[in-house]
Formats: sequence, structure tokens, C-alpha cells
Amino acid sequence: MRLKTFVWLCLLPLTLVVLAFFVLPMVRLMLVGGSGPQGLAAYATILTEPRYRATLINTVVLAAATTIVSLVVATIAGLFLQRTRFPGRSVLVAMLTFPLAFPGVVVGFMIILLAGRQGLIGDLTLRVFGDKLVFAYTIQGLFLGYLYFSIPRVILTIMAAVEKLDPSLEEAARALGAGPWAVHRDVILPALGPAFVASGAIAFATAMGAFGTAFTLATNIDVLPMLIYTEFTLSANIAIAAALSVGLGLVAWAVLALARSFGGGSVAAAG
Amino acid sequence: MMRDRLIFAGQLLFTLLVAAFLIVPAALSMLAGVTANYFRGISSGFTLQWIVQVWDLYADTIGRSFLIAGATLVVTLFIGIPAAYALHVRGGRMARAIEEIITLPLAIPGLAIALALLLTYNGFSDFRRSWLFILAGHVVFTLPFMVRSVMAIFSAIDVKTLDESASSLGASPLRRFLDVIVPNARPGILAGSLMVVTLSLGEFNLTWMLHTPLTKTLPVGLADSYASMRLEVASAYTLVFFVMIIPLLIAMQMFASWGEAGGARK
Amino acid sequence: MSGKDGHQNGHHGVAVRIAGCGKTFGDGTRALEPVSLDIARGETVVLLGPSGCGKTTLLRMVAGLETPDADGRIFFNDADVTAVPIEQRNVGMVFQSYALFPNMNVAENIAYGLKFRGASAPERKARVAELVTLTGIEGLEHRRIDQLSGGQRQRVALARAVAVRPSVLLLDEPLTALDAALRERLRGELNRLLRTLGVTAIYVTHDQAEAMALGDRIVVMRKGAIAQVGAPRDIYFAPASRFVAEFVGAANILEGVSVAGALTLRGGTLAIGKTGVEGPAVAMVRPESIVIVAADGASLTGEVASISFVGDRQRLSISGAAERPIMVDVPNTLMVKAGDQVGLSVDPSAIRLLPKGEA
Repeated sequence: MRLKTFVWLCLLPLTLVVLAFFVLPMVRLMLVGGSGPQGLAAYATILTEPRYRATLINTVVLAAATTIVSLVVATIAGLFLQRTRFPGRSVLVAMLTFPLAFPGVVVGFMIILLAGRQGLIGDLTLRVFGDKLVFAYTIQGLFLGYLYFSIPRVILTIMAAVEKLDPSLEEAARALGAGPWAVHRDVILPALGPAFVASGAIAFATAMGAFGTAFTLATNIDVLPMLIYTEFTLSANIAIAAALSVGLGLVAWAVLALARSFGGGSVAAAG
Repeated sequence: MMRDRLIFAGQLLFTLLVAAFLIVPAALSMLAGVTANYFRGISSGFTLQWIVQVWDLYADTIGRSFLIAGATLVVTLFIGIPAAYALHVRGGRMARAIEEIITLPLAIPGLAIALALLLTYNGFSDFRRSWLFILAGHVVFTLPFMVRSVMAIFSAIDVKTLDESASSLGASPLRRFLDVIVPNARPGILAGSLMVVTLSLGEFNLTWMLHTPLTKTLPVGLADSYASMRLEVASAYTLVFFVMIIPLLIAMQMFASWGEAGGARK
Repeated sequence: MSGKDGHQNGHHGVAVRIAGCGKTFGDGTRALEPVSLDIARGETVVLLGPSGCGKTTLLRMVAGLETPDADGRIFFNDADVTAVPIEQRNVGMVFQSYALFPNMNVAENIAYGLKFRGASAPERKARVAELVTLTGIEGLEHRRIDQLSGGQRQRVALARAVAVRPSVLLLDEPLTALDAALRERLRGELNRLLRTLGVTAIYVTHDQAEAMALGDRIVVMRKGAIAQVGAPRDIYFAPASRFVAEFVGAANILEGVSVAGALTLRGGTLAIGKTGVEGPAVAMVRPESIVIVAADGASLTGEVASISFVGDRQRLSISGAAERPIMVDVPNTLMVKAGDQVGLSVDPSAIRLLPKGEA
């Protein structure tokens, strides 16, 4: 058999599987999205319908807030961990990256343990203030959950970028008289710029599409994935659900494409 | 000097707090899974009753998760390795386009993919109701990891040259593939396999939409227990999940550092 | 600690005194044995040596990027700066990789240090313009760093270091990253610049041609210690050891027995004119100091083993005169061929006796 034939044969199983179980379904999804009573206008309802728009804004704000806080936390912790050595450092790093493998449901459970009705925080505040603080099932709890699965991802990326920083640039700035704050502002943070964009985009896309966490925590919280879920399973608005899914998919894909243009590699959007 | 020490202490404290935020609930849940009564804490004594209860209620989900993870691995190996070879050898725009397409499932939320699958295959009720349906979703989601991992090792070991030298000795493409290419790609295959199994065991977003009461996986069962079971049982179930996942994570970490050292030695 | 004090003979900057500075790193590597060195204000001193000899460590200690062990001290004029961090030492440092800031353009790079010295925007602008003219990079002020060639980057790095009027200029192999032709051209420009500025400068290199061209004095280093300090001519013509002799140029090392002012070698004797030295001796003589004469009547003879035509001269390898082949540089017009028996003649003043028994 010639090499060319062999190569095509090698590609065949994958092509069949991906066509059957991804490409075709996605096309069908896009078609269904435009097949409801409103037709293609269903795609615009994500912006026009007040309830959907509110959900969209909720989701975007939550994802943006998660991204910003994760970046700040990860930069402080990441710079510190990558640049100092002390006993127990590798244990600390392992602890910070271990939650990477948790599915969204487990993250939701973690938040319940922290801030739920029988949660640790509720316990502590009861003892100290006499009032039990329960917020797992609110937007603050969801935000905490999003932070829970974002921080490990972002820390890993930032730490990798910090490792690649060129020390002679910092030395040059110091030689010219720059104090530690100026060195961070003028040399280190600008050099980390691409890493910020790449990991920030991944955090944002992951938070936008996060379902498991919201599912476990949310009874009343309005985020896009939950909306899609309820439209499909409870209201049987299949066309709307499909249209919203396609919209969500497009946004997530666009943001991640941006990440890749900054050399972001890829981490799965799972949450 | 004093200022440096203060800054160090401040950063350390901050990092410890973040680590605590992440680890404390996990530790709590592991503890709660073996404590007789969560409210009264450790003083109520250790017990395995919750784990036994988890086994009674959810043993099938654990088994099914392993089954699906194993099947996902087998499928991704069989379709991913040859495809990685083909893509690596062909290169060019088409290869890049195919890579893009198979990586799309990572960008698109699992919910959307699940919806798409449901809409397409709802009519095939036998398929839709079996665990194979979930398998299909898992394969789509984990395939890019296997393909990329194997393609990476192909670049690292310069598989093209190996292929050429084997062909100059008279081996047919199939023989070259089986005797030379696959054996030398073992590190990439192993890394990809660990990744696929770990992802499959923990997959929820897709699986939740695709499952039926008869085809529950462990994460689906977890969601169930969080909603309806008492805390100790939910914690014990989570503990079982951790016990399954942690060895895999450690294996991946060790593998990554071997890989770096090995790469450097080349 | 400004460099504007005292324009004596166009010398600027501070005098640097290094007293007993050694360096052992955390992992146990002994990079530098305790060394002492005095550098006069306005002087250009070159630290020359193979990699690992400690020259860069010494430079970084003067900069303030490394601290000397235990009792080591560094003085700028009479002030002890050992504990002063680099941010406050007012040094100008040029790195091997230039370390230009990619997020700033050329003008911003050059002006960076001025911001920390309280210069106003117009002052900074004027100073940048001065330096752009001085280093010959007019027109590049608004370019981004990645748009510059290697030679241009080097000049920007220099301009940035000089802009702050440093007390001492520190250059860590600034020409090593450039190709040979560019290196030679920039070496000349660098030399002119250092003379114009007249500021105290410490220059690190492993290239002996650079060292000879740029240094008022050369400090040859080896394995963490100073092998010899002196003006280029002294180092070249009167090396203190075999290592120095061979490092700064091609050297013939002749081992023989010295009797009554002549060194006995395998192929004859060599008049060295130094009576009072009897017994085994080691002499060094440079290839260009040996003259080829007729074999008849010569006190030292040998056979031409090989000839290398280098272009501006020929290098002969003469066997049989000493234990090892002797290198001789002759004019490119000399007619000689392999196998010829020749005589070797050397002016005794060009012969240098070296201490025995060290490599």
C-alpha cells in the first residue's frame, strides 16, 4: 500500500467519528436554533428579550469579575511562589493546583461546605458574631465557586510565564535606579502581559460556559448555562435553547481564539 | 531588610490563605466522609458506614464511570494515534484545519455539545439510552488531548526521519507504523492516556445532559447526592472520587517532570 | 554621588577600590577568591579571562547585584558602598544581552533612569537628544526595540547607561553578541566614546584584542583570582606567567637549561642575555619576534614542518628546534617551503623568562 493511501486510512476513523458526533450535531444545533416560531430572529433574542439580556449581563459580569480577581490573586501568589524558595513550597504549589481536576459539581459542593447552611464560615460567624452567615446559594457563593476553579488554572499559567522572565531586564531597571514597585510596574507586569491575556481569556471563557458549579449551587441564580438548561428541560423551548447555546459557544470560541493568538496553548474549558 | 521580611511574610500569608480556601473544604469533605456525625465533628468517632452506604447506593455509577473511561481511552487510542500520525506526516493547511476542528469541543461549552448530540440522536432511542451515547460525548471531548499529546511526541522524536529510515529498509507503511512509530511514541501515548482517563472520570457538563436514570456516571451521582443525601454520605461519595482521581493526578505530575528531564537529555 | 565633580584632565566619575572581595555562592561554588584592586577616576580597566574566571562576578559586585563574602569591601572614592543596593549606587550598566525594555521605545528606554533622578520632562528630552547624537542613533528615537539591529541595540543600551551620568560605567561583554565585522567597528566607536566621556569604566571580556584596544589597564583573571594587572604593553611583552602569556596572544613556551646567558634547546642555543640564571628555565617568545635566517652559522636551527598563509603574513611551524614546534610569523613574501632547514634568531630583549612549574 502506498504511503498516501495509508495516511488517508489513518485519518478515516477520526474523520467519521468527529463528523458523526460533533460536526453534524453542531450544524443541527445551529439549524434548530433558527427553526422555532421566531426563525432566525431567535438568535437576536439573546439581546432583545429583557430576561435573556439580564441573564447575559449577569453571566458576563460574573465571568469578568472572576477573571480579574483570579488574575490579581494568581499574580501575587504566582510571583511569590516562582521566585522564592522555602521548605514546603512544592507542597503549597501542589495544594494550589490540585483543584484543577475537580468537575464543577464538586466545586459546588466545596462552596456548600464553606458557605452553606452547615458550612464552615457559617459556623465561625455564629461563634464570633452570633449570626450565621450563609451565602453559598447566592451570587456571592457562585462567584466564590467560579474563583475556586479559575485560580488553579491561572496560577499555573502565570507561574510558567514568570519562570520565563528575563532577569537582566529587572537588573537593568534596578541599575538605573528603579525601586521594587517601579520594577514591577515598568518591567515585570508588562512582560507578563501576554500571559495575562491568555490565561484571562481562558478563565473568562470557562466561567461563561460553567454549568456544573451553577447547577449544584443555583436555585435562583441566573446565568446563561442554567438558562439554557431550564429552557430545554423544563420549558421545552428547544429552539431558544439551541440558539442560546450557539451564541454561548460562539462567544467562548472567540475569546479562546484571542487567547491562542497570544500563545495561550490550551486548557479545557470545564467547570 | 526589615521591609523585605515584611513583604515576604505578607505574600506568604496571602498565598497560604488562598491555598486554605482551596484545600480546607476538600479536606473537610474527606473528613466528613468518615466521621459519624459531621455536626459533632471528630469527637463522634470514625466510621465507614457512609462509604458502605455510598457503595450500596452508587456502586453502579462508579463501575460505569470506569467502564466509560476505559472505553473512551480505547476509542481515542484507536482513532487518535493513527490520526496524529497522518496529521503530522501530511502537515500543511488541511492538517491545521482538522486540528482546529477537533479542538473546537474544548472551546464550546459541554452543555451546547450535549444539546447538539441530543437533537441529532434522539430518534435512535436504543443508542440514545445506552452508555454508548455518553461514550460518544466523552470521545469528542477528550480526543484533542490524545491527538495533541501524540503529535507533540512525534515532533520531539523526529518521527519523519525514523519513518524514512524504516522505509529505506523495505518496511511497508503499516509495518512501519506498528513496529517503529507507535513504540517510539510511548511517552506521548501514556501522557495522553492519563489525561483522557482523568477527564472522562470527572466529566459532568456533557454527561449530565446525556444521561438517563440507567446510565449514571460518578459525577452525575455526585450531583444527585449533593441535592438529596445527607452531608456525610455526599462527602463519602466525594472522598471516593478523590481517591480515584488523586493517583492519576500524581501520575501525570511525575510523568510531566520525567518528560522534561528526558527531553533535556535528548 | 554624581559624576559631575572635578573635571581634572577630563576625568569623571569616582575612583573604585575593591578590598578583599571574594564570592562563594549558595550552592557552594567558589566564584571568586578575595581580590583587591584600585581603579583610578576616569580610568578604563578591562577584566580579561576565560569563562568561569570570576570576571563577571567581580563586575556584578561593583554594580551591587552581588554582595562580597564576609570582609570584602567596595569603595567609591572614600565612601564604603558595600551595603548600598544597586538602585542607589548610580552605576551605568550595559548587559551582554542589552536588556532593553520591550514595552518602551528607544527614547523611553534612554530616559528611564532619569525619571528616578527627578529630571523634568524637558530635561529628559534634552538629555535623550544629547545621547542620541553621541551614540549616533539619530532617527531611531521612536522605534520599538524589536525593530532594531544588534548594533543599534548596543548603542541604545550604552546611551541608556550613560544618560544618568553614572559614577562608574560597567560593561559586561557588550560586543560578544555581535558578529565579527560589526564587533571590530563598534570596538573602535566604543573606544572613542569612553575617551570622550572620561568616566571610570570597568569592562569585562574574554577577547584579548578587545582588551588591548580598550583598556588603560588590563586585569587578567583565572579561576577566581587575579593573574596579572598592567598596561596592555606590559601584559603582552612581560607576562607574569605562562597562562597570561598564552591568553593574550600566541606564545612559544621554550623549556630548556639556562647556562651562562644562553638557553640550551634541542636544536641549539638561544641567547637570552640574562646571566645569573642557571639551571632549568622556561622562556617565552612571541612568533613575531623570531626572525628566519640562514641555517649555516645560526645558533638555533630547525626544519620547517608546515606553512600557513594567513594573508598579511605567513605562520611557520618549526620542528626540531625545541621539544615542541615553534611558531614563527614571517612576511608573506618570504620564499620558504616545507622541509627547509632554517635558523632562528631572536633579540634577547624579546625573550621573557617565566616562573617554572605552573600551567
